[in-house]
Amino acid sequence: MGDLNLEQVSTQYMDVLKELGNIGAGNAMTALSQMLNCKVDMKVPQVELLDFKDVGAAMGGEEQVMVGVFLGVDGDITGSMLFLVEVEAAKHLINKMMPGMAQPGGELSEMECSAMQEIGNIITGAYLNSLAQITNLMIIPSPPALTVDMAAAILSVPAIEFGIYGDNILLIQSQFFDEVEIDGYFVLVPDIESYGKILSSLGISV
Amino acid sequence: MGEVIKVGMADLKTCLVPNTVTTLGLGSCVGVAIRDTQNKVGGLAHVMLPDSTAIKNSHLNVAKFADTGVAELVKQMEALGAVRRRMVAKIAGGAMMFTMQSKSETMQVGARNVEAVKAKLKELNIPILAEDTGLNYGRTVIFDPETGEFKIKTAGKGDKVI
Repeated sequence: MGDLNLEQVSTQYMDVLKELGNIGAGNAMTALSQMLNCKVDMKVPQVELLDFKDVGAAMGGEEQVMVGVFLGVDGDITGSMLFLVEVEAAKHLINKMMPGMAQPGGELSEMECSAMQEIGNIITGAYLNSLAQITNLMIIPSPPALTVDMAAAILSVPAIEFGIYGDNILLIQSQFFDEVEIDGYFVLVPDIESYGKILSSLGISV
Repeated sequence: MGEVIKVGMADLKTCLVPNTVTTLGLGSCVGVAIRDTQNKVGGLAHVMLPDSTAIKNSHLNVAKFADTGVAELVKQMEALGAVRRRMVAKIAGGAMMFTMQSKSETMQVGARNVEAVKAKLKELNIPILAEDTGLNYGRTVIFDPETGEFKIKTAGKGDKVI
């Protein structure tokens, strides 16, 4: 690992992350559909490698208020993961899970936050489970933390982790809909040490 | 009214009157606004990480780090006629966006960014006139080098000028 060229690592790394992201997002949507007991359609996830300066614009502006569910990842792979949706979309999901609970407009109440935390838990759990299965590695997610804030501020957390070894962030946009269209974003950031493990578990020589 | 110059994440820009300079949605990153109190040459840096020397990378983006970002901003301002001993700074950001028990090092990056910015400014003998740092929410900042006003806007946590 130590003597690898960093540029070369990140290119290959990003390709692998892209593919894993596709699979993970698909599984997450299946889990969501089961939990809400309704059909959830999804488009093929858009996987983008973005410059830091473009991340905010990618999700409707840096100041777009969004709900972020963030968790640490431990086990064979270490790192972190973030799931983001717009506030109104979050409320829609909460209402699907517990009808009549979420009120439109305004901030999320404490109950709404905790419901959203649970939804985030299930979505990210399914995502990480599928990764664990493909790679045959043990992945243990930490309990999720939730925040409602500006998109760029939330994204600064994974961006900083990507920033340690590059100038881009890998963003997976997953568009899903039942009656309404919802844009959800996944950001998975394995630590640099996990890179070799992920690649070799997939049979790619490092 | 002048133009509003936008600074992205891991980016920095100088700013001349009557323009203002802004960066949107600072989270754990820190916004460092500096101006020359006499000729009003100003600038803003949006730094992400505390220390450039901890990272080995051949294509180093100097604006990304507290140490190199602050130094580069000062250098670019000097090229526009600003003088170091007349410079003053205001800083904002460095929040802890998520409250987690584990992952202490990553979660503390906001605080470490603030610390690193302060250390660099001290080394350059640039006094910090005001700061709005830490806590757990994002901030959008707008800096006016004419007045030195540093406007801070948040999502639901109120706005202020420091």
